[in-house]
Amino acid sequence: MKVSFILNGEPVTVDVKPNETLLDTLRLKLNIKSVKRGCERAECGACTVLVDGRPTYSCNLLTAQVEGKEVTTLEGLRDDPIVKELTSKFVERGAIQCGFCTPGFIITAYALLKSGKELTPENVKKMLEGNICRCTGYKKIIEAVTAAAEALKK
Amino acid sequence: MFYRIPEINYFRASTLEEALELISKLENVKVLAGGSDLLIDLKIRRYEVKNVVDISGIKELSYIEDRGDHVAIGAATKLQDIVESPIIATKAPVLAEAVNEMASWQVRNVATIGGNLCNASPAADTAPPLLVLNARLRLVSLEGEREVPITEFFLGPRKTVLRKGELLKEIVVPYERGAGASFIKLGRRNAFTLSVVAVATLVKVRNGIFDDVRVALNSVAPKPVRAVSVEKFLKSREVSMSAIEEGAKRVLQDISPISDVRASADYRKEMSVILTKESLLRSLERAGVKL
Ligand SMILES: Cc1cc2nc3c(=O)[nH]c(=O)nc-3n(C[C@H](O)[C@H](O)[C@H](O)COP(=O)(O)OP(=O)(O)OC[C@H]3O[C@@H](n4cnc5c(N)ncnc54)[C@H](O)[C@@H]3O)c2cc1C
Ligand code: FES
Ligand code: FES
Repeated sequence: MKVSFILNGEPVTVDVKPNETLLDTLRLKLNIKSVKRGCERAECGACTVLVDGRPTYSCNLLTAQVEGKEVTTLEGLRDDPIVKELTSKFVERGAIQCGFCTPGFIITAYALLKSGKELTPENVKKMLEGNICRCTGYKKIIEAVTAAAEALKK
Repeated sequence: MFYRIPEINYFRASTLEEALELISKLENVKVLAGGSDLLIDLKIRRYEVKNVVDISGIKELSYIEDRGDHVAIGAATKLQDIVESPIIATKAPVLAEAVNEMASWQVRNVATIGGNLCNASPAADTAPPLLVLNARLRLVSLEGEREVPITEFFLGPRKTVLRKGELLKEIVVPYERGAGASFIKLGRRNAFTLSVVAVATLVKVRNGIFDDVRVALNSVAPKPVRAVSVEKFLKSREVSMSAIEEGAKRVLQDISPISDVRASADYRKEMSVILTKESLLRSLERAGVKL
C-alpha cells in the first residue's frame, strides 16, 4: 500500500506492507539512521520520533498510521537551536557514553522544551521516563536537559 | 529484527459509520485505536488477526466535553490529552491522576482511553478511577446504541460485553461534586510500569458520617473490581481511623489475586489492604475532612 506523509518537512510517499512499522520504513527505506532499533516493544525509547510534534515510538506504530501526518527525526533538526543547545549540553555534562540512547533522549527532550511544560528536574525525569539509558545512570542526562533549558531562557 | 507483525489487511476508517460497516462485515477483525496493546499482541501472537480497522483518524471519536453534570470522553481520545485537559482536572481529577502514571509520554501520545478499557487487562489503570466515578460506557453498532455501567463491562481477562460489530464510542463520567477521590498505584518500580496493585477510592462525608464510599482495584482479580465489602462496611459509619482500618481489611473478601511475574498473591493481598487505607485517608483529606 502507498502511504504519504511529511518527513522532516518534505513530502514522501512510500510503498509499504500493511504490517510494516514506521521504524523499518525509516531505517530500511528512507535512510534515517538516528532512529534506533532497541527493544522493538515500546519500552526503551531508542526509536522515538515526533508525529505531529508529539514523541512517539516508531517501533510500535504501523507506517500506515502516519498517513497525512508530520514525522520529524533528528535528521530534520540538525540546525535547530534547541537541538544544538541540547547536544552541546549532553557533551559538556557527560550525558553520553555509548550513545545508543542519545538520539531518542534528544528528540524527546526537544519536544519537552518546545512544549512549554514546566521544567523542574522532577518533571524532566517524568517526561523522559520512556527513554532508557544503560550507561549514564540518568543523573547527567537530567542535568544536561535542565541546563539546556536554562541556557535557552537567556 | 526480533519481532515481526504477522501479515494483516489494514483498513483506515474516516467516519464512525465506515468503521462500523467494516467491523461488522470483516471476519477475524480487530479495531486499532493507538495500537499500543494490539501491535504488541500481534508481535507475540496473542491473537490470530486477519483484518485491522484503524479508528485513530475518526474525529467524532476524539473529544473531551463538559456537559454540566458529567464529562463525555470520546473513546479514541489519547491518554496524554486526558492528562492535559483542564476539564478532567476540575471534574474528574482522579482520572487524570491515574492516567498520568500510565506507561510513558511516548505511549500516552498514541494510546487511547477506549483501547485501555476494551483491551480489558486486569491491570488496566483507567478502570479503578472510572469504576469509583460510576462511569457509563456507550457502545455502538449498526443496530444502534446501548449504555452499560462500567461495573458490568468487564467479563474477565481480555473479555468484555462488546459484541461482534460493536465499538466503544464514549465514556460518560458523572461529576461528583463535593467528593474526595484518589488513586495509588504500586508497581515493581516507580516509573513506566504496570501495576502490582492499584487502588482508587472516592468518599463523600456529611456531618462526620461516610455518606458514600467507593473503592476499586486492579491487578488483584480476573478483572478490575469494586470492593463492595469495604464500601458496605464503611457506608453510614462515623469517620474514624479505626473504622477505616477495619474497613480496609474487608478488601480481602473482594479480591482473588494470583501470583505472576510482577508479584505474589500474598504480597498483593497485603498491599491491597495497605493501599486501600492510604487511598481512603487521602480521599478524606481531599474532601476536606480532618481525622
Ligand atoms: C510499554 C507499555 C506500557 C504500558 N503501560 C501501561 C500502564 O501503565 N497502565 C495501563 O493500564 N496500560 C499500559 N499499557 C497498555 C496500553 O498502552 C493501554 O492499554 C492503552 O490505553 C491501549 O490503548 P490503544 O489505543 O493503544 O489500544 P489498541 O492497542 O489500539 O487496542 C487495544 C484493544 O482494544 C480494542 N479497541 C480499541 N479501541 C476500541 C474501541 N473504541 N471499541 C472497541 N474496541 C476497541 C482493540 O481492538 C484491541 O483489542 C502499556 C503498554 C505498553 C506497550
Ligand atoms: S525500540 Fe521502540 S521503544 Fe524500544
Ligand atoms: S549512553 Fe549508552 S545507553 Fe545511554
